[in-house]
Amino acid sequence: MAYSEKVIEHYENPRNVGSMDQDDESVGTGLVGAPACGDVMRLQIRVNDAGVIEEAKFKTFGCGSAIASSSLATEWIKGKTIDEAATIQNSQIAEELSLPPVKIHCSVLAEDAIKSAIEDFKKKRAAKQALASGQ
Amino acid sequence: MSLQLPIYMDNHATTPVDPRVLAAMLPYFTETFGNAASRTHAYGWSAEAAVDDARDTIAQLIGAETGKEIVFTSGATESDNLAIKGVAEYYKAKGNHIITTTIEHKAVLDSCKRLEKEGFTTTYINVGPDGLVDPKAIEAAITDKTILVSVMLANNEVGTIQPIAEIGKITRARGIVFHVDAVQGLGKTPFDVKSMNVDLASLTAHKIYGPKGVGALYVRRSKPRVRLSAQMDGGGHERGNRSGTLNVPGIVGFAKACKILIEEGVEEASKIRALRDRLHSKIVEKLDAVVLNGHPEHRLPGNLNISFSFVEGEGLMMAIKDVAVSSGSACTSASLEPSYVLRSMGLEEDMAHSSIRFGLGRFNTEEEVDYVAQLVIAKVQRLRDMSPLYEMHKAGIDIKSIQWAAH
Repeated sequence: MAYSEKVIEHYENPRNVGSMDQDDESVGTGLVGAPACGDVMRLQIRVNDAGVIEEAKFKTFGCGSAIASSSLATEWIKGKTIDEAATIQNSQIAEELSLPPVKIHCSVLAEDAIKSAIEDFKKKRAAKQALASGQ
Repeated sequence: MSLQLPIYMDNHATTPVDPRVLAAMLPYFTETFGNAASRTHAYGWSAEAAVDDARDTIAQLIGAETGKEIVFTSGATESDNLAIKGVAEYYKAKGNHIITTTIEHKAVLDSCKRLEKEGFTTTYINVGPDGLVDPKAIEAAITDKTILVSVMLANNEVGTIQPIAEIGKITRARGIVFHVDAVQGLGKTPFDVKSMNVDLASLTAHKIYGPKGVGALYVRRSKPRVRLSAQMDGGGHERGNRSGTLNVPGIVGFAKACKILIEEGVEEASKIRALRDRLHSKIVEKLDAVVLNGHPEHRLPGNLNISFSFVEGEGLMMAIKDVAVSSGSACTSASLEPSYVLRSMGLEEDMAHSSIRFGLGRFNTEEEVDYVAQLVIAKVQRLRDMSPLYEMHKAGIDIKSIQWAAH
């Protein structure tokens, strides 16, 4: 199957591969997909007090398009507030990478990964605030 | 010597034409170009003589009684269709039950599926985790309505070689026609229609360094005589079994490819097996969590189907694009379902997604094997560094213990 140049470029030079401490309270982790389906993405964000994503990391099990989609997602959300990042649509990722129809699910997974990481972070933040107000 | 990239290691899909085969074919395009069915002149006679010589050579490779038992076709898909539908139609008064396996080629499975719409029933025998069919399971599935058993000689994905002789003993004793799709094993593993009691065998040229577009169906003529209903109507060629002008250059090339295997096949198999084992041992020496798919011994000499756990097959193929291989990950196909063969063997879906099939052949060299091994090791390591599953595995987390959301 022919891949677009952008997919190949991200696949060969993936941005922001790595892990952050899942227990760190400023880190949100999203783990989406399933091994049985052939793709799993883990996307992590580090958010500062102003709600801006300072750092984003990913690790992906999947095809070239899945790796490229997650790489692009980390690139896009860095520097954005969590509210801005939450507005990223899979169609934007698919368009940027010129994904063929059979690979659209890779971009859906990347969108899910962003949302799930943000949700995880928000949950942690809420728990922390509840703890602080309780004291 | 510098390597020519990409390196071809997909010899189960097709093979290059051997230059000796091409040389044998060439005169039949321009000089001896006659129609083998032309009875009125020397052009026709010499084409017919070449075709009859070819029948004898192909018959010799599979241990057939005579060249008259070879029916030429356009390839193995047609041979499978002719065998299954031809037997079903001819013997339908005798019964309507067919037995085959879950890991046959689609040409066999889909022929059976079509017959089911016409009132036939098919029993699909499951294979073991090594891809082997248990002859006892076939015996147990036989009913008084069974007219045909179809089992492949060797599987195209995992290379597992089936116990054809044992199955042949059963079908012969029960008077049931036995068809073998012998495409992958031909000339690579012992195959003898006489001693194995095979009644019909599908063959093709392009998997044995012959040209594409030509194949054959072996049809037993005696003890017992097997009959078919033709599926292609026309001039009544091939003793009425398959109409259509014969592809004489293709047939000559097919026979030359068989001739080479008769003379060199045994030696070649051991050379290819050594290369395959070299590739395998180099890979497992450097990488953990690599699983061999298929039977460790009863396997085609050139076949190496392995799953690289925690790495997705299509992603890996993209990384090793300097090697032409294939994967059981069907990420490339519209269905997104991994290989039905691997799943039939009971492989977990993630392992099927992680599988790569290396198919070594006549023209691979030790230098190529070493290059591929080193490339695969480096790329698997790189992708594992990017794999959340490998990280979990290393941290001692059981991936199966996680509740994954299907998508």
